[in-house]
Amino acid sequence: MLTTIANKTVNLNEEGYLTDFSQWDKDIAHEIAQQAGLDLTPRHWDVISYLQDQHKKEIALTIRNVGKSGVVDIKEFYQLFPAGPLKTSTKIAGIPKPVSCI
Amino acid sequence: MKRILILGAGTSGTMMANHLHHDLKNLKEEWEIVIIDENEIHYYQPGFLFLPFDIYTPEDIQKPIRQFLPDDVRFICEKVGKILPAEKKVITENGDTFQYDILIIATGTSISPEETEGMLGEEWRKNIFDFYSFDGALALRDKLRDWEGGNLVVHITEMPIKCPVAPLEFAFLADSYFKHKNIRDRVNITFVTPMDGVFTKPKATHALEHLLIEKNIHVVPDFAIERIDNENKKIIDYVGKEVPFDLLVTVPTNKGHEMIGRSGLGDDLNYVATHKATLQSKSDPSIFVIGDATNIPASKAGSVAHFEAEILTENILHYINGEPLLEEFDGHANCFVETGNGKAILLDFNYTHEPVEGTFPFPGVGPLRLLKESRMNHMGKLAFRWIYWNMLLKGNHIPFISTNMSEAGKHFDNV
Repeated sequence: MLTTIANKTVNLNEEGYLTDFSQWDKDIAHEIAQQAGLDLTPRHWDVISYLQDQHKKEIALTIRNVGKSGVVDIKEFYQLFPAGPLKTSTKIAGIPKPVSCI
Repeated sequence: MKRILILGAGTSGTMMANHLHHDLKNLKEEWEIVIIDENEIHYYQPGFLFLPFDIYTPEDIQKPIRQFLPDDVRFICEKVGKILPAEKKVITENGDTFQYDILIIATGTSISPEETEGMLGEEWRKNIFDFYSFDGALALRDKLRDWEGGNLVVHITEMPIKCPVAPLEFAFLADSYFKHKNIRDRVNITFVTPMDGVFTKPKATHALEHLLIEKNIHVVPDFAIERIDNENKKIIDYVGKEVPFDLLVTVPTNKGHEMIGRSGLGDDLNYVATHKATLQSKSDPSIFVIGDATNIPASKAGSVAHFEAEILTENILHYINGEPLLEEFDGHANCFVETGNGKAILLDFNYTHEPVEGTFPFPGVGPLRLLKESRMNHMGKLAFRWIYWNMLLKGNHIPFISTNMSEAGKHFDNV
């Protein structure tokens, strides 16, 4: 689905996740965050960069391994992204929603 | 003499011993099969769901491991200490060493209540129980026999867990159980899950949700537990949400065997990195992995292990013959979901297909109905215990049920 975020045309899946990371930039991240009711702080950016880095390395993301990353613990992860931290943070980071529930 | 060494004599390990014993009978002079397990008892794990409600007795669900292994498969009852892949050997905690040519890891998954703060506090096994272990299910049975009512909270700590529908089945069976005891009006049942719905697949979640409403079971989704407050008897999540309980039935964090971690073969939950279509480990071509011990994105369930065993057996024969492995495992799972009052739902799905409606195993005929409640499905679930002990563990093919998921119509044409 083609749509416009931060005046840029991007492809989103039906759940609102970017399907092409090369279309992502910081303005888009800000706008997705705002739709989720979040103002991004430097701590949010630390987490977002970490998630993107892990995604690049093809490491599957779970709340557990993010909590053990040394970047953020689970408690702070929930404080930064209160409603479903992994779902929200990956959407803002422009990477796919992790499939961790089997 | 070359050796296939199997670690774990649960559902997967026992099936592999039987399959390989059968398929290697012409190579009996060249290959021996050795299986190691720390227990002498084989538990019928689906029975852990029924034990707390006095539907099964302890005797129904435990038998000696040895009874299900061929005579010339060597069974060693010892605790494995470590796998040394570079030397192709396994050391037990007693210090015995076993060389292998092929290693099959089938060490499963089990509960780790110590992962959650307060779970092993003073309420553990008083008002906090699990039913994923034999001891836990038995202790819960004794508790339920005398319990007079209050807030029952059925809770999943984190995913993935073995048999992801079992907690929901527990809630359904609890509803029936208290109705039969005529105390349902004194019991509130709440189902608390870290997922955003009651099951891992959206279509099945949709089908199950109306049952929860019908049975007056309240759902609290998106609840990631941080700790248990024993004193005030409540569970608390990372954003401070609280759910009070009088009786908490929790599924603690599930982890692979700690020996996997010690051997450097596990991820952060001690599951072994495994190719999802061939079941070969990603780190060493002579190591294969089956059942709950793998990290593949399939349900951790006996039916999955059954389908895996058929493909893994073929792949081990290919490996022995120096042939390429089949990339055939499709994540097929087939689960009966007990819904209480003598009824059940049947789910059939794989890596790519969600559970659908229809009939099983014969399209258009049944007799089992997919995604719909029926008494026949419940009879199927109860009959499964007989099939498990008498056919499945021995590696017999279950009639009419294909290893890969059959698409509607296809199976019908073959009959």
